[in-house]
Amino acid sequence: MSASEKELQEFRAEVAAWMRDNNPADPGFLLPQTFMEVGDERQLEFLREWQHKVWAAGYLGMAWPKEYGGGGVDAVFQSIADQEMRRHGVPICFNVIGLGWAGPLINDIGTEQEKARYLKGILNAEDVWCQGFSEPEHGSDLGNAQTRAVRDGDEYIINGQKIWTTMGNFAKYMILLARTNQDAPRKYDGLSYFLSPMQVPGIETRPIRKITGEFGFTETFFTDARIPADCLMGEEGQGWKIAMQTLQYERGAEAGAAGGQAMVRVTVDDMIKQLEGVKRDGESVLRDPVVRDQLVQAIMEEKAMILGDRRAHIGALTTDYPGSLPLSNKLRVTEMTRRMRQLAINLQGAQGALYVGDDEARQGGFWQRAYFNSFSATIGGGTSQVQANIVAEHILGLPK
Amino acid sequence: MSVFGNTALQFSEEQAMLLDVARQFCRDKSPIASVRAQLETGTGFDAHLWEEMVSLGWTGIALPESCGGSGMGVATLVPVVEAMGRAMLGTPLISSALAAQLLLRSGNTEQRERLLPAIAAGAPATIALLEDMDWGNEAVTLALDENGVLQGAKKYVPDAAVASLLVVSVQHRGQSALAVVRADQLGTHALAHNTLIDQTKRSANVDFTGIEIDAKDIIAGPGVAAALRDVRLLGALLVAAEATGSAGACLDTVVEYLKTRKQFGKLIGSYQALKHPTVDILTATDSARSFIYHAATLVGDTALDVDAEIACRMAKAHACQTLLYAGDRAVQFHGGMGFTYDCDAQLYIRRAQWSQQQFGDAQHHRKRLATLLLD
Repeated sequence: MSASEKELQEFRAEVAAWMRDNNPADPGFLLPQTFMEVGDERQLEFLREWQHKVWAAGYLGMAWPKEYGGGGVDAVFQSIADQEMRRHGVPICFNVIGLGWAGPLINDIGTEQEKARYLKGILNAEDVWCQGFSEPEHGSDLGNAQTRAVRDGDEYIINGQKIWTTMGNFAKYMILLARTNQDAPRKYDGLSYFLSPMQVPGIETRPIRKITGEFGFTETFFTDARIPADCLMGEEGQGWKIAMQTLQYERGAEAGAAGGQAMVRVTVDDMIKQLEGVKRDGESVLRDPVVRDQLVQAIMEEKAMILGDRRAHIGALTTDYPGSLPLSNKLRVTEMTRRMRQLAINLQGAQGALYVGDDEARQGGFWQRAYFNSFSATIGGGTSQVQANIVAEHILGLPK
Repeated sequence: MSVFGNTALQFSEEQAMLLDVARQFCRDKSPIASVRAQLETGTGFDAHLWEEMVSLGWTGIALPESCGGSGMGVATLVPVVEAMGRAMLGTPLISSALAAQLLLRSGNTEQRERLLPAIAAGAPATIALLEDMDWGNEAVTLALDENGVLQGAKKYVPDAAVASLLVVSVQHRGQSALAVVRADQLGTHALAHNTLIDQTKRSANVDFTGIEIDAKDIIAGPGVAAALRDVRLLGALLVAAEATGSAGACLDTVVEYLKTRKQFGKLIGSYQALKHPTVDILTATDSARSFIYHAATLVGDTALDVDAEIACRMAKAHACQTLLYAGDRAVQFHGGMGFTYDCDAQLYIRRAQWSQQQFGDAQHHRKRLATLLLD
């Protein structure tokens, strides 16, 4: 049953009022802009409390089934709630791997038992989730995962190593891709998918210090770690298929996410605002002709993304190389973001050399940190160079 | 207020059908061999083909029904011109459309109803604006004196040789005005043809000295400056649309070569040094299409507002840079072949340089965008 226009408007007003009244005050420390930047307990607890509050108010997991902690209403309500969260600039809902990837997967293909065990904890932020796909030797080549899972009675024994485990040190559960069959004719057929606990003997995490100097990822080591056999999702050998489905949620190609913003949107508007008071040759940096041209180009680049999203929905204007806009989206957006943040620092004058921790750093070093963190998006989830190959091969039809 | 301002982008069923028809027509009637056959002819286009375009209604598409058009609005020229750009089909369509828009936006009812039906019916027309190389110089020295006689010349007038009618910006009684000149009024030696970098295009320097203009062919008043400004913006948009089509065709040409040419035992399209810049051409062309149809969404038959101005300038600044990049890489990626006249890459790189210089280059528009967006 679809909601009436009036009902939606009233709902929007209600969420807007709630966000306005409940948007937390500045905690006095830099908050993560994305879920990949949760570096310490202080940030974790702040975000856990915020997500719990949003869920308790009924604005998260709205389209998930009621019996598992969701709201049981049409997804259109969640998308309105998300828009209002964005518009009010509230903190992120940080449990993204649960909310956006593992949760929809469990909702779509999980057993009743799995749904009952996992979904509510994802929504109310009690159970932090992480992802164990990438391995040190196989960054973008998932099919080659070598971490082993060997069945032993009612358990699987896991051995191997994962890397780039976002919030690995905080997580209670991991979506884990491991090899159950070394002899499968195709490497993909030897993989299986687990909803694995993290707090068991034999699983250790070591935080990775990022380029920013902060933490957010771990290496995860499995040494004869025993996990219950019912952690296997689906059947042995279905790991690749389920992992590919997970990536569909991750890339937003498949619906079902619980909602909540996964990252704070930063635009060229914000960059221009932060330049207030910055001088160049004795006058506002915004009067400098060279800078002005760079800003116009940055505005145009970002506007092209917005317009591209609009055009992507017009069939008659997307007949050349169909799919090029969605498939190149990650490449275009992440590269633009990186360049824009680099420019933002460049334009700060001598203050651009200051970093997080210096009292005089503009906005507490926000742009310096954001620039470094932007590489996580141009590298993670398939580097820009791999993305360019994908677009070249799948859209332009160029040879491998 | 966000610097992104208006971000509307709509495309009607009617426009979609038009785009489809225009693409089909241009693909069938203007294969690259036909384009090449016109490179060294006097007019640069096939008169029979022009007649077919006229019979499809393209010359009247943006004109009101009261003036012999079909009243579909100026925005519908964008898909048509994009399709023509894709096929590298020249013809005086853009010049005629802009002359018609200038008359439509500045003339009185009598002038519109007398002059526009002929353009809608396929008589080519053009606008004569430039007096030097500077698109930023809007001062006009060509004078229409007290006796109604023109004194002076214009430069780089597109399609001047085939235009039956030229709309000329002039100084008249200390104000900006327009003079409508018929081709039969031009002196025998009035035209000095330009040799253009893009051989699919034609233009000439035109000396108007001594031509007498009837009072009814003079357009004066406060509306002239605004109409001139709008037509410059529409010109920028149409050239951007054409360049976007050409960039798409250039991309196809590059992709085709990368998929068939082998070097060192491998298809050259498998080398990332060629693959990745080709993806850059794709994404830039994608953005160009978004910009031109965004601008098409915002331009109408009334005076252009600031959102439309921003959109037209962004479309021009982006699309012409895109074609320049695409054409430049097309030449390079074709290797030794790319250095030859026979390789189609030359058509695109030449069109790119020509397009960049119509109605102001990318820097010209970005400079104005800075004022519109940052001040």
